[in-house]
Amino acid sequence: MDNQSCVKIINEWDIVSARQLGRNVAKELGFGTVDQARITTAISELARNIFLYAGQGQICIEKMYESGKVGLRIISIDKGPGISDIRQVMEDGYSTSGGLGAGLPGVKRLMDEFMIDSNPGEGTDIQATKWLR
Amino acid sequence: MTLNYIQTNKDAIFNEWVQRLKEQSDETVSNVILDQNFTIYSNELIELAILKISGSVDVYETRLEDFSDRVVRLGWPLRFVVNALDVLSDVIYECMVSDDYISRENQAEVMHDLNHWIKAMISEIINDYTTSWERTVSNQKIALQELSAPLIPIFEGITVMPLVGTIDTDRARQIMENLLQGAVKHRSEVVLIDITGVPVVDTMVAHHIIQAADAVHLIGAKCMLVGIRAEIAQTIVSLGIDLNRVITKNTLKAGVEAALEMTKRKIVPLEGQN
Ligand SMILES: Nc1ncnc2c1ncn2[C@@H]1O[C@H](COP(=O)(O)OP(=O)(O)OP(=O)(O)O)[C@@H](O)[C@H]1O
Ligand SMILES: [Mg+2]
Repeated sequence: MDNQSCVKIINEWDIVSARQLGRNVAKELGFGTVDQARITTAISELARNIFLYAGQGQICIEKMYESGKVGLRIISIDKGPGISDIRQVMEDGYSTSGGLGAGLPGVKRLMDEFMIDSNPGEGTDIQATKWLR
Repeated sequence: MTLNYIQTNKDAIFNEWVQRLKEQSDETVSNVILDQNFTIYSNELIELAILKISGSVDVYETRLEDFSDRVVRLGWPLRFVVNALDVLSDVIYECMVSDDYISRENQAEVMHDLNHWIKAMISEIINDYTTSWERTVSNQKIALQELSAPLIPIFEGITVMPLVGTIDTDRARQIMENLLQGAVKHRSEVVLIDITGVPVVDTMVAHHIIQAADAVHLIGAKCMLVGIRAEIAQTIVSLGIDLNRVITKNTLKAGVEAALEMTKRKIVPLEGQN
């Protein structure tokens, strides 16, 4: 698929590659510097969560063209332990790793659309989209 | 016998070899051939082969090591060197054939010898080459580490840590260490962390900054975060990160002025000058 490119997240430096990919696509689609920063930060959060909690997975960046709108979708997929209480992890300040617990709720605020699908033992699938205005 | 042949026909073999390498239309190869050092180094490679074949082990080993080291530094691709040696063995054999040096009786022996030498040489070069590379990479790592979190005292009691580039876990730890050690060593009252050059400030980076600021407080100094670009300020707000415990300023300049004020000083123009 031409509209989608992916980066495998295995070590910490892959987070930087995923961010780089996202920034390049965002630039290409015409996002301004503030949105570029939002998108790369959101990628950084999702990729780091994969690295920290699932061990490995992948981040895909998809260019979206929908009824005249242009957008960028971040797809974060892993086959890690999954999340049992999604409502809880979406609360500001909830962290199982001593972090700030601002990652997931932050991604939701940084992007326009946010969807999370996770089953314990199966993994986590998150999609977040930013539309160009 | 093969050694004898190579020694007496060295120039002819060399010319044929270089000609053969030039005919390969590979881009990495032609870049190497255009290198001004190419003639010197390819000559050296042939001499190394002769040394190898003549069995002078000690001289050969030190010279090969030295050679690999320089070739790595010149940036010659390993692929080129390995291929060149392969071609060299072909050329030597073909030259021997056309000079009627090869007979039914010695054919097998010559081929076996050539193969044996060249293979051994290739594996030794690969070995040296990797060692050389590993040394280079580890030197660069050290160099990077030295650059990663510098602490600069700019006024009595005021210290700046300018950060440039991506912050990973290793670097975050280094920042914390240098910040605390340096603040104590320079008797800092105010420590400024400049993040103008940090491309992404995510929750991990923010968390480390907050922890660093708390630690600086504990040793009795104040921590100021400067160089927050507009887009970074916005993402920090969206992430919902509370930077209340850290003093923030837009620019390093504003930060230095505030730090001077906090230490009851200010910069004034000299009287009588305009
Ligand atoms: N991909 C994932 N797989 C399993 N658990 C996850 C995953 N992503 C997040 N979690 C869980 O959700 C919690 C909240 O994640 P969030 O990113 O919001 O905060 P954090 O990573 O703990 O801290 P911060 O991101 O602020 O540094 C995590 O502590 C972790 O338990
Ligand atoms: Mg997180």
